[in-house]
Amino acid sequence: MTAAIFTEPVLGYPTLASPLLADSGLADFAGKFSQVIAALAIFLGALALIFFAAGRATGRFTRPLSIAVFLGPAVLLLFVGLVIPTIRTTYLSLKSDDSARFIGVKNYQWAFTSSPIHQVLVNTVEWIVIAPVLATALGLTVALLVDRLRSQAVYKSLIFMPMAISFVGASIIWKFVYDARDPAHPQIGLLSQVVIALGWHRPPNWILSHPLNNFLLMVILIWTQTGFAMVVLAAAIRAIPEDVVEAARMDGAKGGRLLYYVTLPMIRSTLVVVLTTVMITTLKIFDIVRTMTGGNFGTQVLANEMYSQSFVQFNYGRGSALAVILFVAVLPLVGYNIVQLRRERSTR
Amino acid sequence: MFTNVLLSDGRRRGLRFLAPAIVAVTVLAACGNDSSGKAAPVPSLTGDCAQYQPYAGHAGKTVTMYASIISPESDSLQKSWAQFSSCTGIKISYEGSNDFESQLPVRVQGGTAPDLAFIPQPGLLQQMVKTGKVAKPPSRTVANEDKYWNKAWKTYGSVNGTFYAAPASANMKSMVWYSPKAFTQAGYQAPTTWAQMMTLSATIAQSGKGKPWCGGINSGTATGWPSTDWLEEIVLGKYGGDVYDQWVSHKIKFSDSKIIAAMQVLADWMQNPAWVNGGFGDVKTIATTTFQDAGKPILAGQCWMLQQASFYGAQWPKGTKVGADGDVFAFYLPANNPAIPTPVEGGGEFTTAFSNRPEVQAVQNYLSSPEWATSRIKVASGWVSANQGVDKSVYTDQVDQLSAKYLTDPNATFRFDASDLMPAAVGAGQEWKSFTAWFGSGQSIQQVAKDIDAAWPN
Repeated sequence: MTAAIFTEPVLGYPTLASPLLADSGLADFAGKFSQVIAALAIFLGALALIFFAAGRATGRFTRPLSIAVFLGPAVLLLFVGLVIPTIRTTYLSLKSDDSARFIGVKNYQWAFTSSPIHQVLVNTVEWIVIAPVLATALGLTVALLVDRLRSQAVYKSLIFMPMAISFVGASIIWKFVYDARDPAHPQIGLLSQVVIALGWHRPPNWILSHPLNNFLLMVILIWTQTGFAMVVLAAAIRAIPEDVVEAARMDGAKGGRLLYYVTLPMIRSTLVVVLTTVMITTLKIFDIVRTMTGGNFGTQVLANEMYSQSFVQFNYGRGSALAVILFVAVLPLVGYNIVQLRRERSTR
Repeated sequence: MFTNVLLSDGRRRGLRFLAPAIVAVTVLAACGNDSSGKAAPVPSLTGDCAQYQPYAGHAGKTVTMYASIISPESDSLQKSWAQFSSCTGIKISYEGSNDFESQLPVRVQGGTAPDLAFIPQPGLLQQMVKTGKVAKPPSRTVANEDKYWNKAWKTYGSVNGTFYAAPASANMKSMVWYSPKAFTQAGYQAPTTWAQMMTLSATIAQSGKGKPWCGGINSGTATGWPSTDWLEEIVLGKYGGDVYDQWVSHKIKFSDSKIIAAMQVLADWMQNPAWVNGGFGDVKTIATTTFQDAGKPILAGQCWMLQQASFYGAQWPKGTKVGADGDVFAFYLPANNPAIPTPVEGGGEFTTAFSNRPEVQAVQNYLSSPEWATSRIKVASGWVSANQGVDKSVYTDQVDQLSAKYLTDPNATFRFDASDLMPAAVGAGQEWKSFTAWFGSGQSIQQVAKDIDAAWPN
């Protein structure tokens, strides 16, 4: 499809040669299109055949066969998309930059001992600890506050809206917010202009100010994730049975006590799921750092460094080692998340 | 490393439609349908097609090509070989991608290499040759290379002394952008020596009308690359080609007193608080200003000069008149040491073959000829070839003319962008990072040199 577009730019040129070339382009396209149709037909045919065979099977084969038919595709995809890449990445992480020879755990040694990567690991930990907690806390606060307002749907939509913006888009917006110019020139950055208006005459160049810049980048994540936390938590709060709250009220609980002893315990599992989900998003954070600073000025994080090692510096060994570290770091979170989700489902 | 992306930016100018219609008609009439017989003897091409006789005999074959050049520049490329295609009957199936650098190795290793690729970095060419999949060029391409290019180009298309790829396009980096209008009004003249340039900078700084220099090295993940170009210009212009080559191969380290001295020259120039960063603020703003925005204050009179390559011409806002008597133009960046004969730093793309099928070689031969370069230049401006067989009168754009003049100068000390030649861990990694820290966080020269040397792969 793309090839067809790229190979036939002559389409539409006002030359007499174009009809002929366009014809070949169309033929090319038609050829590819019919190939796609044929492939789809073969695939559907094969599926029909398998289902038919499985349906006709009797006796002791019925059960194993139906298990294979239903589970097979998922297992296959899981293998191709997850298991094999994981094994291969681990294997590559033990090899040199061009994957030509084995160098043992040297890549891991590098990842844990070299000082630039130290900074990366520290930043990543900062991100995981601070950003999800703040996003969840803010989401919870807003959920509690908005819940009592009259036209809550409007406020909720407004807060939820940043969630619909991609990280790259959000970063570009915030890039303008943090833009700094010399105080002698007119500012185009919102933040600089605001603090100048408030009387701080020489604000810093925000993006360059380490370690502040890390937090400024986290603000972007929090901005987009607060809406998510708020919506999920608000739903959980609504789901608290009315009688429980009423009973607590009767017993004289209100305000903070009601929140601490009734609301929070009732939504605990949802809270954990939200927190871990945002944490996993944070671990994978890549777009914000890449767009805002490209990992410079002491803001690099693991996912971005992994990309840079593999695809900019072509050191597949180091890139793979970082990928494995990231994978291992995400695993417990994912596991915990699944357990919590199950528990929540069983209580409903 | 990233410059090829910018390169394609550089070509982003208005497409100029030639009038190939009439040519095309005659061509089609002349060629008819010669795609039938496969084992037929080489047909003789007549009329306008006669010039393609050396490439005849492969009608009906398709050659695939992959490069980082995307539309609209790729449209100009395809137009440049349209006549070749219709005369010889060789179809060139072109695909351009922004992810070319990361995708090419994947394709080559996966067994789906294109027949031809335009590789913008000698480092990537080396990496490809290592895979053993790169085909040696046919003798005609080698002959063209020897005949039409400055010797230095051949070494950049070679790996371990074996020649593999002839250059396609070229860009010139030793340029300083300025406003001829503002210069005339203020009574300044474009400097022709480094000393004049420094004196002019001091004069402008004292005049109180803006700062003499502006700069921006922010470029997403490639942040830092423009500053590596600055150092390369100084190393080449201060010590000449031999030291430059030894520096590229790490025989001379970054912490060598020569390179440290060159870095000091750069610091006195682009980190001089009185001289930069016109229109943006202090020295540190160089790190946060995008290279695309860097030259804009020249138009507003807040800044006077910007060192940036020929492809920066595409960054000026619409309606800016580029030319010797226009709003902006460029002068040749003079050598730091006047004893060095015309140092020219540049970049370019290399036509690399992954197949030695005869039709692929025919296309490879054609792309190394001055005829193809001339055909491409005529399609649209913003594209320069270092091929000395090209008649310079075909260039219509003044910046292209200036670039071509220096790129094809047989006496020039031409060298390829050093960071594109160094291992990617340095040239696309630590050097960018450390230079960004140097400009943005005020890291010391010694620390910068030490970190880069430490990152050099063993």
